[in-house]
Amino acid sequence: MNAAVGKFRPGDRVRVRMEDRPGHIRTPFYIRGKTDGVKKMHGQFLNPESLAYGRDGLPKRPLYLIGFYQVEVWENYKVSKSDKLYVDIYEHWLELA
Amino acid sequence: MGNDHLGKGEQEHEHPKHELSQHAKRIYAIRELLLEKGVLKEEEIQRQIDYMEARSPANGARLVARAWADPRFKARLLADPRAACAEMGIDATSINEFVVLENTEKVRHLVVCTLCSCYPRPILGRPPDWYKSFNYRKRAVVDPRGVMREFGMELPDSVEVRVHDSTADIRYLVLPLRPAGTDGMSEEELARLVTRDSMIGVVDPLQEIPEGNR
Repeated sequence: MNAAVGKFRPGDRVRVRMEDRPGHIRTPFYIRGKTDGVKKMHGQFLNPESLAYGRDGLPKRPLYLIGFYQVEVWENYKVSKSDKLYVDIYEHWLELA
Repeated sequence: MGNDHLGKGEQEHEHPKHELSQHAKRIYAIRELLLEKGVLKEEEIQRQIDYMEARSPANGARLVARAWADPRFKARLLADPRAACAEMGIDATSINEFVVLENTEKVRHLVVCTLCSCYPRPILGRPPDWYKSFNYRKRAVVDPRGVMREFGMELPDSVEVRVHDSTADIRYLVLPLRPAGTDGMSEEELARLVTRDSMIGVVDPLQEIPEGNR
């Protein structure tokens, strides 16, 4: 199997799209519109938005591990400035910041 | 539904009446229909039950204990968790993508699924009700230290907390930090320190083997 290739590389700054669309979406609301760093790419996976409706989920989409500083996600995060929040997001929900 | 399944010696007990919930009644009715219509066979259902029952936190505890005892196994576990599981006779093939998060003196991880209740079932069995609750799913991302505090773990600011929201195919397992003063312990003893909750990350593992378990 070829090494999976995606649009983004570790270290890229990306923004999670501020969008809303109907259907089964695995991008949490709390992270939409936020910007931060791509940590790594997990690989290519079937699209859950299509699988949820009984479709085949193809073509596979790159899935990324995105890391955020908690203080940048939540207005009232008072504790440790180094605390982090990691979310697994599909490529079509990300754009370069 | 009586006590016909009990042995002779247990008949003096008055068992409380077990009233099935609406959901349970529906599930049993569907099961009966599927069996009646030949869609499923009894043996298939039982095999699936056996498979699910075989998955328990004991699997995770064995993995962690070996990782603590053997640095080379730990390296293999971090690099390829499914292969490391297979080495120990644990079937993790149903996990699409498996990632192990190593806790250290400086970093603690916490795993949640805010969207539903994704959980590494082959390693930990069924998730506890609190893990599936809205309460946990909301608060784990916003206030992980508050959640940990409720489980009895207070962390100083110098320790970094990393929350992983398993929103997709990846299933996360926390590799807890080995407690101090456990150098002489065997793998079996080490496994007894590893609680399910420590592999979710809400709390550190036990510091010593509990009373009555030695």
